[in-house]
Amino acid sequence: MKDSDGYVTADGRQIGGVLMEMKNITLRFGGVVAIHDISFDIREGEIRAIIGPNGAGKSSMLNVISGFYTPSEGEVWYKGSKRPPMRPYEVARLGVARTFQNIALFEGMSVLDNVMTGRLTHMKAGIGAQALWWGRARDEEIANRRKVEEVIDFLEIQHIRKTPVGNLPYGLKKRVELARALAAEPSILLLDEPMAGMNVEEKEDMSRFILDVNDEFGTTIALIEHDMGVVMDLSDRVVVMDYGKKIGDGTPDEVINNQDVIDAYLGVAH
Amino acid sequence: MAELSQGAEGLCSVPALLTRNMTRCGDKPAYREKEYGIWQSWTWAETAQEIEALALGLLNLGVNEGDFIAIIGRNRPYLYWSMVAAQSVGAVPVPLYQDAVAEEMQYVLAHCGARFVIVADQEQVDKVIEVQEDLHQFEHMIYLDPRGLRKYDHAHLHQFSKVQEQGRAAREEFIKELDRRRDKLTYDDTCVMLYTSGTTGKPKGVVLSNRNIIETAKNSSEFDHLRAGDEVLAYLPMAWVGDFIFSIGQAYWTGFCVNCPESPETMMTDLREIAPSYYFAPPRVFETQLTQIMIRMEDASAPKRRIFRHFMDHASKVGPKILDGESVGLFDRLWYAVGEFMVYGPLKDTLGFSRVRVGYTAGEAIGPEIFDFYRSLGINLKQLYGQTEASVFITQQPDGEVRSDTVGVPSPGVEIRIAENGEVFYRSPGTFVEYYKNAESTADTKDPEGWVATGDAGFFEPDTGHLRIIDRAKDVGKMADGALFAPKYVENKLKFYPNILEAVVFGAGRDRCCAFINIDLSAVGNWAERNNIAYASYQELAGHPKVLEMIQSHVEETNESVAQDEMLSGCQVHRFLVLHKELDPDDGELTRTRKVRRKLIGEKFADLVDALYDGSDSIYTETEVTYEDGRKGKIKATLEIRDAKVVPVAPQAVAAE
Repeated sequence: MKDSDGYVTADGRQIGGVLMEMKNITLRFGGVVAIHDISFDIREGEIRAIIGPNGAGKSSMLNVISGFYTPSEGEVWYKGSKRPPMRPYEVARLGVARTFQNIALFEGMSVLDNVMTGRLTHMKAGIGAQALWWGRARDEEIANRRKVEEVIDFLEIQHIRKTPVGNLPYGLKKRVELARALAAEPSILLLDEPMAGMNVEEKEDMSRFILDVNDEFGTTIALIEHDMGVVMDLSDRVVVMDYGKKIGDGTPDEVINNQDVIDAYLGVAH
Repeated sequence: MAELSQGAEGLCSVPALLTRNMTRCGDKPAYREKEYGIWQSWTWAETAQEIEALALGLLNLGVNEGDFIAIIGRNRPYLYWSMVAAQSVGAVPVPLYQDAVAEEMQYVLAHCGARFVIVADQEQVDKVIEVQEDLHQFEHMIYLDPRGLRKYDHAHLHQFSKVQEQGRAAREEFIKELDRRRDKLTYDDTCVMLYTSGTTGKPKGVVLSNRNIIETAKNSSEFDHLRAGDEVLAYLPMAWVGDFIFSIGQAYWTGFCVNCPESPETMMTDLREIAPSYYFAPPRVFETQLTQIMIRMEDASAPKRRIFRHFMDHASKVGPKILDGESVGLFDRLWYAVGEFMVYGPLKDTLGFSRVRVGYTAGEAIGPEIFDFYRSLGINLKQLYGQTEASVFITQQPDGEVRSDTVGVPSPGVEIRIAENGEVFYRSPGTFVEYYKNAESTADTKDPEGWVATGDAGFFEPDTGHLRIIDRAKDVGKMADGALFAPKYVENKLKFYPNILEAVVFGAGRDRCCAFINIDLSAVGNWAERNNIAYASYQELAGHPKVLEMIQSHVEETNESVAQDEMLSGCQVHRFLVLHKELDPDDGELTRTRKVRRKLIGEKFADLVDALYDGSDSIYTETEVTYEDGRKGKIKATLEIRDAKVVPVAPQAVAAE
């Protein structure tokens, strides 16, 4: 990587070198081009937003990052090397965790158990040892539980620790999802519309948690969001997509004044 | 552990008690806090070490004798240690209400001139930073939870654990000085300064000496036979005198264990896990718990509901008698035992009361039904009467002499006299030293012989010798026709309905009484759900005609009961309205301890009061509200005013005796 120096944000945070780079990504489904020749990078420690109108290809982009889709053309570079096509669980093991637009938790399990599943990539004991709660399985579980409890404490969900997820209101479910992703101790955290469907208070809470996660753990965050206010407040740099193409990239101030971006959001004849 | 309480004479400070506990029962738990899902605990020996490290750290930061150290946060062992560490270095701890807004904190911090502030987290740090411009003496702030504070300027900001670390590192250098200061503490040195919540005017700093706290702790511990093995849950505001007496005074005197909940939201779960043997809660907590039980029972299946009703009826018949040791028939006793197995035991377990030996409620009057409910379950719930200026205890109820309408007999060591106008005066070893920097108020409240005016009107029942409190002396007034007006008496009767959270009765100097009512959102909301009443907001629910009807029936029932009291029959509520917003300490309508600020409410809602008396059917009003983050907003509403039936009484010209 030639450009590994990073930059300093407006509020004085030092952003590191490139953590992940998308090079000329194209994604086709049959004749439909969901993503067309997009390149951008995500740097260590930054909050990177991907925005765009409905159908712009944001979620597809996130799915490429998380390994759910393999790009038709182009390369994904991660931690300085090219990433071969991988299954999502393999990508997860490399330190990429995500939340989902439509909550994907185990409704019948408690919050604690749900968050514990986030530690799966850190568990190595065999099924026999696990079943007998013996030796390494036991030590592992204690260590993992400790980490999970730290996350629960961090996200202030102690009071629902033992509550089945199905009984929780929407805003809390979203927070539990974030907890599960955080429990994996990811190098990069992908958030797919973390604020969708929330009221103002829940949005404020979630924004604070996202900033705190970034600040406290130094976690790199890539997020998709529709609420422009939230995006502009939270993110350090923004990629703007429209009809599968990148139409803007830069700090929130730069993209908000970009004519293409304004057109895409306000709508012009194509 | 009786011997523990005996040799303590001559120990004249909390740090001295700590040293004694360390040697006597160093391996017994002193503090527990639930963190990361586990109860972490500290023995007395470990506690002593933690406190010493912090005290050394404070010396390292330059705390002088006589400095004030403000402490702000929820109940955590670290903050209790901070208080004792402050005392160890000769400073005075000043706990503040953690939910106070920045301006309120500014007043208190400036008034005591705190040089050091120890806070829990970023929220409190932000508040202090917001007002620090005006705090000339403020120098250093120590925080517990580093979250979100990484980027703050750390020139005057220190992390708690770092201060302790520096203290440990500098032990050689400072231990002599610490010992010198610790040994110098006398019975008359200030133990703590607590600010009264102030139903009127600015908060006043109540100075309590070591004598006040230790004597009171000793007397009250002996009164209720508290012992080293007891467990308490510390969840009430640290700035409140009661918490200081229970969690520091009595805990250090007897050596029992103080348990801190994980977070305010988990309080009920934590209560259940700890099952304290000594418990204190304001009536509101008991009310809320009872409401929740009833709501949950409504959802239970029909057979379960029947079993529950049957045994609860039985319990209300014989439970209190059994608790008071009165004679009860053999069959009733047996059937109560069956009930214990079927209902009472599991219920107490769910509530976290399975081990309670002594439970207290105070601060407000408690509804007789609520009080009897808990007592009928076999929970030894008692009432006490006290105030900050008395280091809590003025009167309390002995075991076996418990009633909901009295507050008990004078606590050990307390003398009481009733003035001619009915006001209660007391004198005790716990009587405060002075109001800090306010000689005038001190003189107004405490006479040279040490008698303190409580500001409450009351009388001793001739038969039992128990004290009964009628109302705040200054709130007791006369109506236009000379009849006695005691608003609290009526308000309490109204508040005993689960649907009514708060009531404010007006009528002094007027020809009749009128009232503001606040509905209880959880109770009324549940009722609305059951009756298919849709609502979008508190305001809408409060204004719903069916809710008004329900409240009206409560008011009319209250009137009937008020009418039976000859002296107070004039206090029946003729007209009322249901307020469009909940009365809130953030708007100044309640104190931080949730007492009604009558005068302020009367002024703030003057338009509504006028409407109550001018006979109009409805009134449009706009009210400014303060949100949790300090922003202000306005709510607008048109309120319906209703007439309530009153029971006609013969006009009385009885004077206010």
